[in-house]
Amino acid sequence: MVVDERAKVVTVTIDGRMVKVKDGCTVLEAARQAGIYVPTLCYHPSLSPYGACRLCIVEIENMRGFPTACTTPVTDGMVIRTDSAQLRELRKNIFELILAEHPKQCVTCAKNLRCELQEVASRIGVEEVTLPPIRKDLPVYRDSPFFDRDYNLCVLCGRCVRVCQEVRGVGAIAFVYRGSRALVGTAFDKTLQDSGCQFCGACVDICPTGALLDRESKWSGLPDKSVVTICPYCGVGCQLSLEVKAGRVVRSVPVYDESSVNKGQACVKGRFGIAEFVHHPERLSSPLMRKDGKLVETSWEAALGFVAEVLSRHKGDEFAFIASAKCTNEENYLAQKFTRAVMGTNNVDHCARL
Amino acid sequence: MTNSINEIGDASCVFVIGSSTSSGHPIVALEIKRAVRSGARLIVANPREFDLCDHADVWLRHIPGSDVALLMGMAKVIYDEGLADLAFVSEYCENFDAFKESLKKFELEFVEKVTGVPREAISQAARLYATCKPATIIYAMGITQHTHGTDNVLAVANLAMLTGNIGKPSSGVNPLRGQNNVQGACDMGALPNVYTGYQRVDNPEVRRKFEIAWRCDLSPNPGLTLSEMIDAAYNRRLKAAFVMGENPLLSDPDINHTREAFKRLEFLVVQDMFLTETAQLAHVVLPATSFAEKDGTFTNTERRVQLVRKAVEPIGNSRPDWWIICEIAKRMGAYGFDFSHPSEVMDEIARLTPSYGGINYERLENGGLQWPCPTTDHPGTPILHVGKFVRGLGLFMPLEYKPPAELPDKDYPFILTTGRSLFHYHTGTMTRRVRGLNAIDPEAEVEINPEDAAVLKIVHGEKVKVVSRRGEVVVKAKVTEKVPPRVVFMTFHFAESPVNILTNPAVDPVAKIPELKVSAVRIEKL
Amino acid sequence: MTFTEIQKRAAAEWEKLQKSLRPRILVGAGTCGKAAGAGAVLKAIDEFLARQGVGATVIQVGCMGLCYAEPMIGVIKPGRPQVIYGSVQPETVGQLLSDYLMNDNPRPDLALGYIGDGKVDGIPNLFDLTVLKPQVRLVLRNCGLIDPENIDHYIANGGYSGLFKALSMSPEAIIEEIKKSGLRGRGGAGFPTGQKWEFCRRAPGTEKYIVCNADEGDPGAFMNRSLLEGDPHSVLEGMVIGAYAIGANHGYIYCRAEYPLALERLRLALKQMEEYGLIGDNILGSGFNFHIKIKEGAGAFVCGEETALLASIEGKRGMPRPRPPFPAISGLWGKPTNINNVETWANVALILQKGAEWYAQYGTERSKGTKTFALVGKVERTGLIEVPLGITLRQIIYDIGGGILKGKKFKAVQTGGPSGGCLPASLLDSPVDYESLTAAGSIMGSGGMIVADEDTCMVDLTRYFLTFTQAESCGKCPPCRVGTRQMLDILTRIVQGQGKSGDIEQLERIATTVKQGSLCGLGQTAPNPVLTTLRYFRDEYQAHIEEKRCPALVCKELITFYILPDKCQGCMICMRNCPVEAINGGRRLVHVIDQSKCIKCGTCLDICPTRFSAVVKVSGERIEVPSEPVPVQKAEGSAQD
Repeated sequence: MVVDERAKVVTVTIDGRMVKVKDGCTVLEAARQAGIYVPTLCYHPSLSPYGACRLCIVEIENMRGFPTACTTPVTDGMVIRTDSAQLRELRKNIFELILAEHPKQCVTCAKNLRCELQEVASRIGVEEVTLPPIRKDLPVYRDSPFFDRDYNLCVLCGRCVRVCQEVRGVGAIAFVYRGSRALVGTAFDKTLQDSGCQFCGACVDICPTGALLDRESKWSGLPDKSVVTICPYCGVGCQLSLEVKAGRVVRSVPVYDESSVNKGQACVKGRFGIAEFVHHPERLSSPLMRKDGKLVETSWEAALGFVAEVLSRHKGDEFAFIASAKCTNEENYLAQKFTRAVMGTNNVDHCARL
Repeated sequence: MTNSINEIGDASCVFVIGSSTSSGHPIVALEIKRAVRSGARLIVANPREFDLCDHADVWLRHIPGSDVALLMGMAKVIYDEGLADLAFVSEYCENFDAFKESLKKFELEFVEKVTGVPREAISQAARLYATCKPATIIYAMGITQHTHGTDNVLAVANLAMLTGNIGKPSSGVNPLRGQNNVQGACDMGALPNVYTGYQRVDNPEVRRKFEIAWRCDLSPNPGLTLSEMIDAAYNRRLKAAFVMGENPLLSDPDINHTREAFKRLEFLVVQDMFLTETAQLAHVVLPATSFAEKDGTFTNTERRVQLVRKAVEPIGNSRPDWWIICEIAKRMGAYGFDFSHPSEVMDEIARLTPSYGGINYERLENGGLQWPCPTTDHPGTPILHVGKFVRGLGLFMPLEYKPPAELPDKDYPFILTTGRSLFHYHTGTMTRRVRGLNAIDPEAEVEINPEDAAVLKIVHGEKVKVVSRRGEVVVKAKVTEKVPPRVVFMTFHFAESPVNILTNPAVDPVAKIPELKVSAVRIEKL
Repeated sequence: MTFTEIQKRAAAEWEKLQKSLRPRILVGAGTCGKAAGAGAVLKAIDEFLARQGVGATVIQVGCMGLCYAEPMIGVIKPGRPQVIYGSVQPETVGQLLSDYLMNDNPRPDLALGYIGDGKVDGIPNLFDLTVLKPQVRLVLRNCGLIDPENIDHYIANGGYSGLFKALSMSPEAIIEEIKKSGLRGRGGAGFPTGQKWEFCRRAPGTEKYIVCNADEGDPGAFMNRSLLEGDPHSVLEGMVIGAYAIGANHGYIYCRAEYPLALERLRLALKQMEEYGLIGDNILGSGFNFHIKIKEGAGAFVCGEETALLASIEGKRGMPRPRPPFPAISGLWGKPTNINNVETWANVALILQKGAEWYAQYGTERSKGTKTFALVGKVERTGLIEVPLGITLRQIIYDIGGGILKGKKFKAVQTGGPSGGCLPASLLDSPVDYESLTAAGSIMGSGGMIVADEDTCMVDLTRYFLTFTQAESCGKCPPCRVGTRQMLDILTRIVQGQGKSGDIEQLERIATTVKQGSLCGLGQTAPNPVLTTLRYFRDEYQAHIEEKRCPALVCKELITFYILPDKCQGCMICMRNCPVEAINGGRRLVHVIDQSKCIKCGTCLDICPTRFSAVVKVSGERIEVPSEPVPVQKAEGSAQD
């Protein structure tokens, strides 16, 4: 948060362009700062450098081989090439290996059009996969009430494993097995709950493919719109984006925003506990008035008129208003203004202490 | 909070007391873990074990209700060992001598006895907190929900002032507020003694300002607090009540008493999204929208005012709470309720509230603002008390140890303490309606130490009866070492086993907060 | 005790043993010796001594490296050199001992050679044997000769004098000495050791670590195990010297759990060092503190890669990470860390004991010193050898190894284990040093050397190595995880006769991608067997793919067994021994193999009496035979044709 004004600036040359960047930043960060696209899959700004997917390989003068941009720190005067015939060829070949392991029935995938793999494919320009597909034939795990884990679609970028470990400090999932059997899973194949999963959904949000997907909204496709708002659970005030499709909230996801409190993270309640209660069938949809001891539906006009009439008879200290720590500032303001200015009493309080 | 959440990760020492951060405020727990990963020392003081204990350098497992002794004991170690920041104390604080005098009573031998924490651990924690700077204290309802909650908070403040951990980045005294907009509700004057921005109703000048703005006469007498309202209703002094978005029947202590009080009201209006336990007693129920269906602002625990944006149209015939209040007020012929959008309400708030003076929707569109933000060109205040305390000098408060209002005895040998589950929120109005959350955390449990369970011949998963002087509930036993012997723990999310039937309504004399964290119970086999 | 006192004490102890009037029997009881039956031999020796009431001292020693002659024992009679006997059997060892100890017949017929001053009639000096003559035993100097569980033996033979000397030098001077010696990392990559130390010494930070990589995982390699079992102190001495030079106070030995004896010896050695003040706080009164912890690895090949090894020590999954940052800057727990292989550390002790100049006399201009190799495969004399760098492959295989087993033809030698390359006969005269091996497409590696003869199919061998690297890939990066699998799949198809045109080009493309694109050394070297066999044995690939023929007659799907009608005498031996009843025939009937049932086990070929030699194995050709058994024609006559 505290920006160190003395942070050293170094100059590097990327694809023939001189760029001034913060000392200690990575080649990838420098390239992005210069507006140069370098494909990545395992990289994520919330996570420490990993260097697994090998797509961000570059050429750096005086360095052997093809270092990965996401893990290599810049040094002053560094000369970097992100695009050469050899790099393009190698990248394409590596990406083809990734695709060989990934089913290619995109149109039947719930992540279609939201998939990072598709994005990278279009940028790298893979025309055909000449390698035979490697089928994993793994069962789909449905042991979470909120999301499915289909590791047939997993590209082993490790983002889920790392976000769980590095950002959430939980470590419920890890890599298991070796070689081409290598997989993301829980220790001893325990259920997620038994392995300490907190169901925050960070793994789902960070997954570049359709391997991890919300179950409820899996097939809702691209939202009509997304509205950034504040989570109603607890006083931290996380930014959430409510994804709306056909007038319904289908999903709530944290937005990655460096200035927000939650920086792309949420808890299980904010991530999975919103859409369902908003559209719950038990939501009250009409005013109710007690008639013969029973609450029966009535019109707003009737209800409001009745309340206004009765309250007019209870002005002063025989009236109290219990406001709410769950309502907005404006509503609480109006509640106390109403109590004080209209009802003539200071009897207003809320569950501040609970 | 005196400081901001995203400063926590840069602290050198984090002291968490009375907060099961990982379940109550999971995102703050992430910041704490970030601090630990960057090398910060972590002290956790909590009777019940939770995941931050695994990351802690010291875990102080004190007896519920012994916080003042623990904190003053730490202060004594810091002072005695010359670790206090006396330059800060003399320049920025006052009343230090009286405080110093009161430390004398907190010999470690006494503190160890009262808290049940070995003195070495207390000393170790004190040294870490005093020497690893900046150090931040984070606390929640484990500090406040006591009959001496105010003393607890003052003890925390004393500790921070003693070490100069105030007014600097990544330091401070940082309460985590329980509900999403509890900070805002207080800021907005939904309290019996103050208008917005904590302007007192018994201050004639302030009152005059509001009378002019609202074009009415205002009462100079502070009103009733929530628990006083319930007592007043019980005594039939209170006749009508308007409940907006709350469910006191589940959240307040001593439910049996609360229910009876609500039943005795002549007129009860409840405005909510669901037919809550409270709404079922109402004469009129008004359907309110959820946060997703309205615009507005919430103020978070770090005083950050943020925009709530409407995502979908109101469900069915529901209406936003602000609209409902305005409509009723207008029907009662009131002036000043003619708003077409919450942004206009905010403009009125800004006009009348110095700390919100510079806040408007246009600015909030670009991100939240932390009050105090007096003018439209003010950037907001991430850290309070920078350079000088808001009140002038930091006031040291001499304190003495007071036991909780109800202590275990022969008939009620266990201390019952309450808290939150990660998977539910408050009275469960929302989360209990989410199938997945209920699948993971389906029912109330009473956590009991294996030692006690063995004596009572209770097995894991068995239904037991928890009995206090105020009532009894039947609940599933969870035998776990997370709770120490002689302490049992329950959450308050479950209407089927409402823990607040058992809790003690005794309140803190200043803050009027009930002692939900300590009550005496016994456990019976069914 | 001062070090001089320790040395005196050790020397006295050693002297006492040498001058002892009791005979000594040294039993090679390394893991290899035990696997060959040393345990039973030991028991038989004990029984013999007890039965005969002969007073002799039995000492279990490490391996001398002559694996082909295990179990081995050495017998020392007072005042005589040690006589070494190979292939000792528990049944006959009693007779041997009785002959020599009681009747003074040293049994030249059973002896391999003698070691030490003096002569024994009819027995050659062991080191004059062709297997040992070209060898220079520096690192292995003590193995098999001293009791590895007795620190005094090590000290009496010059041990810890290197450390003693180092502690009187400045750390910089030690690093200079190592640089001067020309020592390069023996783990495989051959990075100059002194330079590596210097990086770590100069890295900012006060807390530093050194690590000994004892995660020897190449199939068929056992250099490190033998050394740790036979002379653990030589490695530990090097580590203490290195720690002092680098400024590390903590060290780890990462040793695979499959080496229980090595681990036991290391633990014991550390305890003995502690008693002598050679490790711990204030080592030999120098004020230098150094502690070693042993971390047992769970047998993942990739954990031999240094960053994966560090992750594993930290309790994480053994997965490599890209460098930079190099461990010298950010290693264990993020602190500067220097990692060297077992053999490198052992060389360090020697260099300090005897001086850089002495050391640099061995080897070539750029590859100094000696290197140990595990020489295995189709050679007459398998074993653990130590040779000066620069020696030729031919000398190793033909002089030391005694040539190819059963007089067959040499085909290839694989150096550097599964990450190395297969070199053909044309390169037999190239020197074994870092640069030459790299130029040939292989690597020095940690010292695995597998010899293949004419009966080895190079495609099949390559497939074997790929099976290993593919299974041991950690799975982190796609080139290695998927690339090795794709190559393995293609190779499997080729050996199964399903190869198709384009496979070679595809293999080359994938191999290059894996080599250039992989994250760590495992992936970057995994294609080496493919690339070198494609380079040197491309014709074998072509034969498999185009002609569906396996020239070495190895690949089951490509070979066929026939019973030649003009040679078969209808003896029914093959028919009775066929495990799947695929042979039809009868008395005096020409037998016929039902090819649909045949599993190509080769039993018929092996069992057909050599005087008939009626069974043949062919590939890529078809022999006309009757479809049903027919009577044997002119039996005697045709056999003579």
